[in-house]
Amino acid sequence: MLLRRVIPCLDVAAGRVVKGTRFRDLRDAGDPAELAERYAAAGADEIVFLDIDAAPQRRGTLLDVVERTARRVFVPLTVGGGVRSEAEMKAVLRAGADRVSLNTAAVADPGLIRRSARRFGRQCVVVAIDARAREGAPGRWEVLVAGGRRNTGLDTVDWARRAADAGAGEILLTSIDRDGTRQGFDLPLLRAVSGAIGVPLVASGGAGSPADMVAAISEGGADAVLAASIFHRDVHSIAAVKAAMSRAGIPVRLVDAAA
Amino acid sequence: MTTRPRLALVDYGAGNLVSVGRALEVAGAEIRAVSRGPDVDGFDGIVVPGVGASAPAMAVLRRTGLEPALREAVASGVPYLGICLGLQLVFERSDEDGAELLGLVPGVVRLLADAPRLPHIGWNAVERLREHPLFEGVKPDAPFYFVHSYAGEPRATEAALATTEHGSRFTSAVSVGRLVGVQFHPERSAEDGLRLLENYVGLVREPDRWTEVQGRRPADESAPGAVLSGAGR
Repeated sequence: MLLRRVIPCLDVAAGRVVKGTRFRDLRDAGDPAELAERYAAAGADEIVFLDIDAAPQRRGTLLDVVERTARRVFVPLTVGGGVRSEAEMKAVLRAGADRVSLNTAAVADPGLIRRSARRFGRQCVVVAIDARAREGAPGRWEVLVAGGRRNTGLDTVDWARRAADAGAGEILLTSIDRDGTRQGFDLPLLRAVSGAIGVPLVASGGAGSPADMVAAISEGGADAVLAASIFHRDVHSIAAVKAAMSRAGIPVRLVDAAA
Repeated sequence: MTTRPRLALVDYGAGNLVSVGRALEVAGAEIRAVSRGPDVDGFDGIVVPGVGASAPAMAVLRRTGLEPALREAVASGVPYLGICLGLQLVFERSDEDGAELLGLVPGVVRLLADAPRLPHIGWNAVERLREHPLFEGVKPDAPFYFVHSYAGEPRATEAALATTEHGSRFTSAVSVGRLVGVQFHPERSAEDGLRLLENYVGLVREPDRWTEVQGRRPADESAPGAVLSGAGR
């Protein structure tokens, strides 16, 4: 049976890991390759790098980070942030990423999803969606792009469905309202998207405790849980999260972690 | 000190060469990426990685002369490890796009049936049907990392080495003569993955051990279209 994944996410800017709250107030949290290696040893099922800086002139820095990481970390690596074209996607994959996540560029040109799925295989293509509750419309979420700075007016559930239909192999869904708050995942949001798509769903934004991870899967219908701040700040270890999931009857990969 | 076997890492534009190459180096091999047919000659073993669709992959193999080179190498008994798409390519045909594949192992590549979600992404138990040195030191149902929607079903049941369940059960590892293949990604499967790659490097280093494997499964030689009948010499 397919095990549920626990994924630490490293937000990378100018070659360093940073973490903020609700996409703001960024703080330095270390070297990406080093952190990734530590998380892999501690039982991370996958590592996600998001280049939140994503300035084209600093693209080389990201590729260097990916390559350094891929050489010493033997768990899957997904990389995203500012990827705009098939050529950029190819460069990230060649640097050692296993999968690439598209966000702003996919909204601007949904054809990019279809083209990259055809070229690299749909399992390589993750579509990341940053969602925010629509004011005055309970049960509706709007899609924001450009690191949460621009509202697209798109409905999150519609967009997730369209992205999956176009060839996305996975949806990485972040609640902007919960990002970095440790108040728990937005479960109604997860349920709404999970029920609308046939590809795996990764829950992101709001993880504060192992119980939140359990809820994202058993109540939200997510296939994997992603978190940043609770791991970076050593609030909870990956092992503790997995132990709690296992106790709740969720199948996970248990590792005799040295770390 | 034991010698490091030289492995040809086949680069046809669909693989994650960095991670596969690096993991094989850690596993004790010397690696060279090859992207043209004539360059495949003279290696102790071959590794074909890759993710994605089979039709574009086969187009590249044909254009570069890799297709006949790989076929020849396998027929002459050079060990072959296929990973993910590199395994799927050894079958005859893919349902994904109707592509004609290398045809080294009788069987067809099909969409995973009854899967709750596709692609099948994540760690899943690989359950062995029989023992094989490739899995030496790996727990019987250890999880490995998968990322795919299709899998090859060998026509000869003896060719299946392990299965995995995602909705229904599919063949997740194959062995025919000196050809082995895994649908999962050992280079992304942490300790157990590195162990499996070490085991492959060990098999390349001590070719006598393949005979041992063959001896256990006489049925292979009579498999339909036993392309690999020369491989056990």
